[in-house]
Amino acid sequence: MAVKKITTPLTDEVVKDLRAGDAVEITGVVYQARDSAHKKLVALIEAGEELPFELQGAVVYYMGPSPAKPGNVIGSAGPTTSGRMDAYAPLLMRHGLKGMVGKGLRTAEVKQAMVDNSAVYFAATGGAGALLAKRIVGNEVIAWPELGAEAVARLEVKDFPAIVVNDCHGGDLYEEGRKRYAKTV
Amino acid sequence: MTRVRDLDVSEIAAAVKDMCIAANYDLPGDVYDALKAARQTEESAAGKEVLGQLIENADIAAADRVPICQDTGYAVLFAEVGQDVHLVGGDFDDAITEGVRQGYGDGYLRKSVAEEPAHARRNTKDNTPAIIHTSIVPGDKVRITMMAKGGGAENMSSLNMLKPSQGWAGMSQAVVDTVSRAGSNPCPPVVIGVGIGGTIDLVTVLAKKALLRDIGSVHPDPRLAGMEAELLERINALGIGPQGLGGSTTALAVFIEEMPCHIASMPMAVNVQCHAQRHKTVEL
Repeated sequence: MAVKKITTPLTDEVVKDLRAGDAVEITGVVYQARDSAHKKLVALIEAGEELPFELQGAVVYYMGPSPAKPGNVIGSAGPTTSGRMDAYAPLLMRHGLKGMVGKGLRTAEVKQAMVDNSAVYFAATGGAGALLAKRIVGNEVIAWPELGAEAVARLEVKDFPAIVVNDCHGGDLYEEGRKRYAKTV
Repeated sequence: MTRVRDLDVSEIAAAVKDMCIAANYDLPGDVYDALKAARQTEESAAGKEVLGQLIENADIAAADRVPICQDTGYAVLFAEVGQDVHLVGGDFDDAITEGVRQGYGDGYLRKSVAEEPAHARRNTKDNTPAIIHTSIVPGDKVRITMMAKGGGAENMSSLNMLKPSQGWAGMSQAVVDTVSRAGSNPCPPVVIGVGIGGTIDLVTVLAKKALLRDIGSVHPDPRLAGMEAELLERINALGIGPQGLGGSTTALAVFIEEMPCHIASMPMAVNVQCHAQRHKTVEL
């Protein structure tokens, strides 16, 4: 399978070139954020306050790592279930978010927001946290350290493997892939 | 007169600590072999790629002594305490809790337990309390199994209070529907534990206990073995595949446990487990 190499922050041009089913390798900065961090990010946007990172073109990684062993950049670091962030994702996309990395199904509303705002949803392999951690070369907590594994961190990734699940043209790999391999018993 | 054996609970704490770490670093051999076998038979290229990553991930975790998955789970413990054992040196549940605390701390495992879930959702910061299921059994040994249960797969589980008239057709459909609805969420290929019978409290424990069987083992009751095989075939025909990207490997195994139930009831629970089917057992 040919792999598309992409760098962050993402531009509309790069996002529009991606299609459901494309294998990618992401290089650059992605922001670690999961449940509690999303709740706080949305509260800041609604209050008109500044966010801990620039959302325009940003990629968020739905992930809460295990603690790093001494000498390691990060602990195990695979994706968490994205659906829990569905309530927050459309607002973030309207404010410039271009990419989401996670695993699992998104709502119709989130998929529509990807079409409306030219954004893309990537799946990384859930449960491959030891392998994915090796593609994370920098890790700095930038907001809400009291949240522990749920804090926001600025992660530098190099050739981070993922696959496009939902593109900005309405493509959906979860639906298409499943149809392709479904059988009648 | 039966001899009673003294067992200091500090031994239990130490064993639980070691199991928490080992369970999270070392994928059980049966699961590893099942992933390798699935890579051979998987029909989709993306599915094969994912299975290859999971095998490589297990190798890295074991070699580097790091967790297989960052969700190192809620610690669920099944303890069988021989009735001829005399526990000394402290409280049994406290010892298990201390083992979990030390294991999750010293093992650099993620603390994933939130207290006051309805409002504060504060992290307890040491992954306690543990879930402890204790039963008293014959003998003078203590046998403890530790399962690290991740949240993503647990969330996709289901409890179904069916009507007896629905029979196996209704039950099997409810299992397949649970896996179908879950799609990519629980990190397929999954392992499915099915509990049948009992009451709402026990049927879910049965479903969780079912997950402790080795992949490849055949249920001793040939009727249940046939039902497991049927369910596995139907689930793998859904097309969900590894990580939900499409493919022929949606589940690695289906395990059923049953017990009697009320004449008016047909309880059935489905406990969904991710491919990181992590558990360890020790006998003291």
